[in-house]
Amino acid sequence: MATTDEFPESLKSLPQGPVNEPDFLQVAKGWRSWAFTLDHKRIGMMYLFGILFSLLLGGSFALLLRTELWAPGKTIVGADTYNQFFTLHGAVMVFLVIIPGIPAALGNIIMPIQLGAPDVAFPRLNLASFYLWCSGALLLVLTIPFGGLDTGWTLYTPYSLETHSAVMIATFGVFLLGFSSIFTGLNFLVTIHKFRPQGMGWFQMPLNIWALYGTAVMQVLATPVLGITVLLLTVERLGHIGIFDPAMGGDPVLFQHFFWFYSHPAVYIMIIPGMGVISELISTYARKPIFGYRFVAYSSLSLALLSFLVWGHHMFVSGQSRLANMVFSALTFTVGIPSAIKVFNWIATLYKGDIRLKTGMLYALSFLLLFTIGGLTGLFLGILSVDVHLHDTYFVVAHFHYVMMGSTLVAFLGALHHWWPKFTGRMYNESLARTCAIGVFIGFNTTFMPQFVMGARGMPRRYWDYDPQYQVFHQISTIGAFILGISLFITVCYLMSSFWTGKKAPRNPWGGSSLEWQAPTPPTLYNFEKPPVLHEIYNYDDLVEVAEDRWERLSDAPEYQGAVPVASGDREHH
Amino acid sequence: MKRVLPVLLALFIASIAFSASSASAQAPSGSAAAPVPAAAAAPTADPTSGSNAATAGSAATGSAATGSAAMVNDTAATGSAATGSAATGSAATGSAATGSATTGSAAAPAAAAAAKGPQAKAWYDVLADKPIEEEGTFWMPKAVNQAADESDMMFYAVLALSIFFFSAITICVVYFTIKYRHRPGHKAEPSASHNDVLEITWTVIPTIICVFLFWYGWHSYIRVVTPPNKAVEIDVLAWRWNWQFTHENGVTDSDLHVPAGVPVRLVMTSKDVLHSFYAPAMRVKQDLVPRRYTYAWFLATKPGTYRLTCAEYCGTSHAQMACLDVDPVTGHCNRRAVVVVHKDLEEYERYLNDKVADQMNMSPIDLGKMLYDKKGCSSCHTVDGSARVGPSWKQPDWGKEIQIVGGTVKMDENYVRESILYPAKKARPGFPNSMPPFEGQLKEKELLGLIAYIKSLKQ
Repeated sequence: MATTDEFPESLKSLPQGPVNEPDFLQVAKGWRSWAFTLDHKRIGMMYLFGILFSLLLGGSFALLLRTELWAPGKTIVGADTYNQFFTLHGAVMVFLVIIPGIPAALGNIIMPIQLGAPDVAFPRLNLASFYLWCSGALLLVLTIPFGGLDTGWTLYTPYSLETHSAVMIATFGVFLLGFSSIFTGLNFLVTIHKFRPQGMGWFQMPLNIWALYGTAVMQVLATPVLGITVLLLTVERLGHIGIFDPAMGGDPVLFQHFFWFYSHPAVYIMIIPGMGVISELISTYARKPIFGYRFVAYSSLSLALLSFLVWGHHMFVSGQSRLANMVFSALTFTVGIPSAIKVFNWIATLYKGDIRLKTGMLYALSFLLLFTIGGLTGLFLGILSVDVHLHDTYFVVAHFHYVMMGSTLVAFLGALHHWWPKFTGRMYNESLARTCAIGVFIGFNTTFMPQFVMGARGMPRRYWDYDPQYQVFHQISTIGAFILGISLFITVCYLMSSFWTGKKAPRNPWGGSSLEWQAPTPPTLYNFEKPPVLHEIYNYDDLVEVAEDRWERLSDAPEYQGAVPVASGDREHH
Repeated sequence: MKRVLPVLLALFIASIAFSASSASAQAPSGSAAAPVPAAAAAPTADPTSGSNAATAGSAATGSAATGSAAMVNDTAATGSAATGSAATGSAATGSAATGSATTGSAAAPAAAAAAKGPQAKAWYDVLADKPIEEEGTFWMPKAVNQAADESDMMFYAVLALSIFFFSAITICVVYFTIKYRHRPGHKAEPSASHNDVLEITWTVIPTIICVFLFWYGWHSYIRVVTPPNKAVEIDVLAWRWNWQFTHENGVTDSDLHVPAGVPVRLVMTSKDVLHSFYAPAMRVKQDLVPRRYTYAWFLATKPGTYRLTCAEYCGTSHAQMACLDVDPVTGHCNRRAVVVVHKDLEEYERYLNDKVADQMNMSPIDLGKMLYDKKGCSSCHTVDGSARVGPSWKQPDWGKEIQIVGGTVKMDENYVRESILYPAKKARPGFPNSMPPFEGQLKEKELLGLIAYIKSLKQ
């Protein structure tokens, strides 16, 4: 066990940035070098800025919604505008922020480096997915000038067949976004299978990679169903052929089956990458190997598989048969088991650790509590008889925000703070970041905790006007939303300003043990100047903090011999 | 570990205590629901009940037995059905006897009021206008559906379970974070990085809990969705944005009137898009799907006025489904359609009869005005000249040529009639062409009433 007071002085003078070649931000200049880049880090960063912009857009809709709900009756907008706001809030947040958030943006940047690889397997496909994402995002935003979208993000038929809003533009956008997601998944699957360095077996992979692998499986298998569904919806709107339209012998409930067959796995496409980064953060900041590595890894995969079997729990009151309800309720509860395993393992990881409350860790601990609430309230909704009362109320709204925002977005923020210094080469303002992390936690709970009570008392979702008895809950919720919104806005601001004002980041500011922390900061074009050395995963014994926010491996000291370089083999360089 | 166990135990007891205390207000209704619904009915104050309670009461007791026999609709031809219905039937009679003595009936004064003038509300609409029953715990409105007691118990049980697990997890996280926080001289201590016994324990315990939750959830769900063989049947038709409840004798209304103490079965469908029938106090929710029938049932245990909302998004006025009174300034809906639980079958039957009679005797304009509220016209059309989803019924241009999509038409009785029956044919510019056709759904007299009412608004 090494501590800060026992390490060779030579460690302090190890180079932090790239030595012989420029880093990936410096290697080429001009807009073309970004627009036509094949570098996974640049593509990931473009995703990241697109996603942060979408987050501000979706967040603005959220604040407008919450402002409207300050009082019963009209506060700022009327029924139709409100309906468009909640539709776009949902569509933007789900399709543009949360689904691509961790895999396409941060995963793209970090995953190949964690594998010690120079890039993803198909860099051109990677760029193509990004442009598909851009096109899809543009189309979703274009619905605003072309009549708005008022179907809810779920696009339920027959309403979406009849409404005069811009459904076709939106479905085309979702179709493109789906393919963006499929291509990313495909790319990641091949990369993880083929680009692992020699010596890194499946159970030496960081859990983040496991999670991204599970996610990629779901992206490839589930997303085509979304594509087919929105295609059918488009055909139905154009040609009136009677697939979903009951007036022509179609079945509107069939649409719900198709839609949730994708959209339930999509919930896990959102949350599993979050669970992956939380495993990284908790282990790193607690300086302990992750407890029960295999259980955590397998639970990611089992969640990915189970997620395909539970879509019917969105339809308990849709007119689905009771037998189907019974089967889906039973299967839904099985999802609780791997989720519980993960939470218990993360807590056990903290035991006897040396917990450093950096911003990343604050987000990770927030995640633990928020995900627990999200998971436990899921039990209410899995119970058939209780779901009949709670379905389509604010209870559901609160529940899925705890999972999708409280868990996934908080994990995304944690991951962003954890890896930000690595790929930008800059440190952000740590104390401001911690304040904002606490602001996000407080703001989030203030927003959504009252919604559980409202929902149990029978407040339905998607209501712009409500009974005065709910007003006090809505007002608490609105205040919370503004705390949350302001915290997130400041977060984006200080992260951006760190490009100009932040001090230079070292190679390994948090003492991480995975391969990306051996890469120069920021990494070079092909990530590593010399082949990285593979160490035992989640083993922190060798790492020492040589200065504040700067860690080195004892074995990297020039005095120390015996490290075995990773054989870079015949891996193809682009 | 030894130190942890007592803490967990204490936590478990505390969370059960919390949830039990929040459910305690619930308890009386749960126990009272089972034997006689009338027990709950007795203490309620009814503003419409007057000094004539005694006279009306005696009439009520007499007709209760016959009423229940007539109105309880035999949906199954099997003989075994008789036992179930006998029990509920007698409960209804019992409630009629005790209930009517205390709360009385508003039939007599209301009939007198109706005779006085067209503006006076019928007694059943007075009941519907009463404030919503808000009694309940911090978490939920009090359940007034006898079939929902088990599902409420499940809610509070899972609440206790959740509070227990959340507190345990929070305590662990906070305790570990404080105890093992980084500080000068503190180091991570070596400990096992996995422990199969521990892993199996925290896999098996959640599994057992989940099996129990599923089983009791399924069990109580079957209770909530399976109606007894004999029940009062009410047809429900929803459209944008109205409920229409059609009772056995053909009475239609946008408020749902049901008797207490008798099972009520709803046969529901929609005219256009998905809607969802949601009565929170009944713990009943079921989507309405066009061209398909879905079902719901409940056994109301306590008379009163309860909330009724649409829980499946259905477009512009989803939040104000079947709204009868929109505030002109804020747009807030002051009076939505509600569930009115009558104290017994006899009062429900009187509602049916009086409603039919009132509709027969109304002047055309009054009939039109009533239909304006009860057919959901008010969801889209105002009567003060301002536009809502559709054009206002107050038309200064009566008798003149008006603009329609692709031409002009004379605004007269023929145009109004056609626009009600086939609204898509001659739509007005600037309004969505989304009104459902009413062909075959209005009697000739009702059409005349609507036309008369629209004509009366032209000044």
